[in-house]
Amino acid sequence: MAVSGVTKSARRRLVWLGAMIVSIAALIGIGVATGSSATLTPKLALDLEGGTSIILSPVVAEGTVVSEKELQQAVGIIRQRVDSTGVSEAQVSTQGNNNIVVSIPGKPDDNTLKLIRSSAKLEFRAVIATNSGATTSVGGNGSSASPSASAKSGTKTSASPTDASDLNWVTPALQAKFDALDCSKQFREPGQVDDPAQPLITCDSSGYAKYILGPVEISGSDIANATSGTTTTSTGAQTNNWAVNLSFNDKGTKAFSAVTSRLYPLTDPRNRFAVTLDGYVITAPATQAVITNGDAQITGNFDQISSKSLADSLKYGSLPISFQVQSQENISATLGTEQLASGLLAGLIGLILVVIYSVFQYRGLAVVTIGSLVIAAVIAYVVIAFLSWRNGFRLSLSGVAGLIVAIGITADSFIVYFERVRDELRDGRPLNAAVESGWKRAIRTIIVSDGVSLLAAVVLFTLTVGSVQGFAYTLGLTTIIDLAVVMLFTHPMLQILAQTRFFASGHPWSGFDSKALGANYRGRMEFKTSARVTETKKAKASKEATKRQTLAERKAAQQAEGDN
Amino acid sequence: MSKFSELGNALYSGTRSIDFIGRRKVWYAIAAVMVALSVILPIARGGYNLGIEFKGGSEFRVSGVSSQPLTLATDAVHTVVSNVDVSVTKVGTDAIRIQTAQMKDVQSEGVRQALAKAYHVASNAVASSFVGPNWGADVTAKALTGLIVFIALAAVLMALYFRTLKMSLAAITSLAHDLVITAGIYGALGFEVTPAAVIGFLTILGYSLYDTVVVFDKIRENTFEVEFSETTTFGRQVNLAINQTLVRSINTSVVAVLPVAAILFIGATLLGAGTLRDISLALFIGIIVGTYSTIFIAAPMYSHLREGEPKYAKAAAKVNAAN
Repeated sequence: MAVSGVTKSARRRLVWLGAMIVSIAALIGIGVATGSSATLTPKLALDLEGGTSIILSPVVAEGTVVSEKELQQAVGIIRQRVDSTGVSEAQVSTQGNNNIVVSIPGKPDDNTLKLIRSSAKLEFRAVIATNSGATTSVGGNGSSASPSASAKSGTKTSASPTDASDLNWVTPALQAKFDALDCSKQFREPGQVDDPAQPLITCDSSGYAKYILGPVEISGSDIANATSGTTTTSTGAQTNNWAVNLSFNDKGTKAFSAVTSRLYPLTDPRNRFAVTLDGYVITAPATQAVITNGDAQITGNFDQISSKSLADSLKYGSLPISFQVQSQENISATLGTEQLASGLLAGLIGLILVVIYSVFQYRGLAVVTIGSLVIAAVIAYVVIAFLSWRNGFRLSLSGVAGLIVAIGITADSFIVYFERVRDELRDGRPLNAAVESGWKRAIRTIIVSDGVSLLAAVVLFTLTVGSVQGFAYTLGLTTIIDLAVVMLFTHPMLQILAQTRFFASGHPWSGFDSKALGANYRGRMEFKTSARVTETKKAKASKEATKRQTLAERKAAQQAEGDN
Repeated sequence: MSKFSELGNALYSGTRSIDFIGRRKVWYAIAAVMVALSVILPIARGGYNLGIEFKGGSEFRVSGVSSQPLTLATDAVHTVVSNVDVSVTKVGTDAIRIQTAQMKDVQSEGVRQALAKAYHVASNAVASSFVGPNWGADVTAKALTGLIVFIALAAVLMALYFRTLKMSLAAITSLAHDLVITAGIYGALGFEVTPAAVIGFLTILGYSLYDTVVVFDKIRENTFEVEFSETTTFGRQVNLAINQTLVRSINTSVVAVLPVAAILFIGATLLGAGTLRDISLALFIGIIVGTYSTIFIAAPMYSHLREGEPKYAKAAAKVNAAN
């Protein structure tokens, strides 16, 4: 059978489309086979899978903005906290430009929730008493640590304390509490807020040592920076000893200067100050110098990892932001499954309704509509599965809604095309010509109207947050898929079908029945006129028709006149 | 089909024509009344029915409830915190959702236990959560920014594509009409405004313009060089374009609305309150209003804006004189 050029090019485009789908599917297949995180089904968001989602927004002082970097650090802190509770597969991510979303599968226990919600607070307090000795010390650059013996102190007095290191802070009640404290057990409520003006009884984060600490003297927000590195000797040579370098801002420098001048002359443990993060002591170095320039160095038994970790804690804790919970949502796994099933059911019903309507409207052409929708669905499926593997995209309920809404919008572009072809048929063109000229006009309309949809999706995706984004994402994606399907499937299919007898002859069931379409132009110069049209109108119409003749028609008309 | 395609044929050839352009004063008047009602009715009702995401509050979900009465929940909440407004909704097939003003942690734990007892379910079948009052406002503020940016960009895009600002103006006006009326229907009927409803509302943006662009494309084609025609005028050509695309408009709208109706039906019957219902309800209203406004607002307004231009007015005067 001879294959026309049109059919060839149509087939080529169909092959391209097939190759595209197969290659994405193959990529996912390879991903699954090689054991990476690829899955055959798209990953589901929390509202379909069940779990808890918490949205945190930063609380910042008026007029200040949270920088991208600070937010990333905060994500780091929160991720650490969540991981520390043993919750697996928690996702912590930023949302928009200042929110943090924590998604936890299943239903987390109250402690985990409180831990996430509580804000990181880094504070400096003077040590009043402890049961353990200093393992680190702080001084200017070049000083080295000398762990000193432990000395438990607990003098009971009743006078009111005069400074933050005063033993008078230790009331009998406080002492009793300190004595009873067992660091191996949980002694603090997660998210507990301590009064900064009061002494604090706490343990270090490893649970070895317990402390009585004075009121807060410097807050973490006064730390300008913290880095880790090896120390240098007085001659400037590098040593193998790791240390944490700490620098303060103006306010911190003044405060730190005052603290070190007070602590330096005191004896251990009262010459030490403790840095607490969320109420736990992360380090409690002894003071070895009065530091007035705001640059301190903490030395001790550090290695590269532990010094880096302390520096990070000091730096992260110095974030000038705390978080408040904007929303917290629990979806049970049952409800998640139910929502997914309902979404899919709604999609199926929607699809069937669209199919029924297009059979009713377009008869045989409905085959093309159904085929195009199926192809679009297949592409949407593989692309989403691919994106959920490579980009961490997760399909949410609003995303599913976006996909279902897209069924209608995708089918709309077929309708625009079919109606165009029908218009061309009404103008008297044969089907294969109508398919082509209709396409030229329809594709412009389709591109610009899809362009508007895409614009809406992109704007919403960039400027909004959360579920709006999920919806915009799928809607934008399906708009692009729609364009691809119309160009690479619907048009070539119609071109091929136009060659078949069933469609070309305008079979009553083909949807291109020229009789039903009332093609009002039967041949050259033959316009079907309605009986209701008045004579003047008829004259006008033929005048208009003469004006609108094509060159060939005009020539033919002239010839006909010449023949007479 | 035959009847519908016959109608399509008649509309296409002009043997049957509905006068959309000539009666524009009627459409304008209807639109003005609708817009006015959309502003007045929600205010008269006492403002929008904002969801918990906008007011802030505590929410409890009890699963495994099957067919036990909803009033049990209200009573259970009141045993812990009296004098608090409680709204109970069925969610899905066997769960209920209880929303109250925001509670303290202790209170909400108490309510959780009370609900578990009232419905004879394990206490872990009751999930509690809360939403801060900023959440919905935050989403909406971002959505509004998106709305404004989109309208500006879409206006530019259309002006570039159609090579005339007047089409942009007419399209954006009809879009504004759609948004105001959809919001008005929401407010007037007291549908709950949730972030999901805001999503549906935003989707109208894309759809309403999509529909308008399809019709405008035909209008542009029909009015090409119409100023040289001796038989027809700008206004008549616009009217012809609306008539010719009428079947298309109806078909695209029906096809767009069918899946949305499916979501709405499934969402409302199977899931009750929730994302699916809220998205689709706004969209359902929006698509219908959007189709209406393309035909009755956007196109007549465009014709109105342009037919007064000297070249079209002169040509039209000549054509009318010849009749």
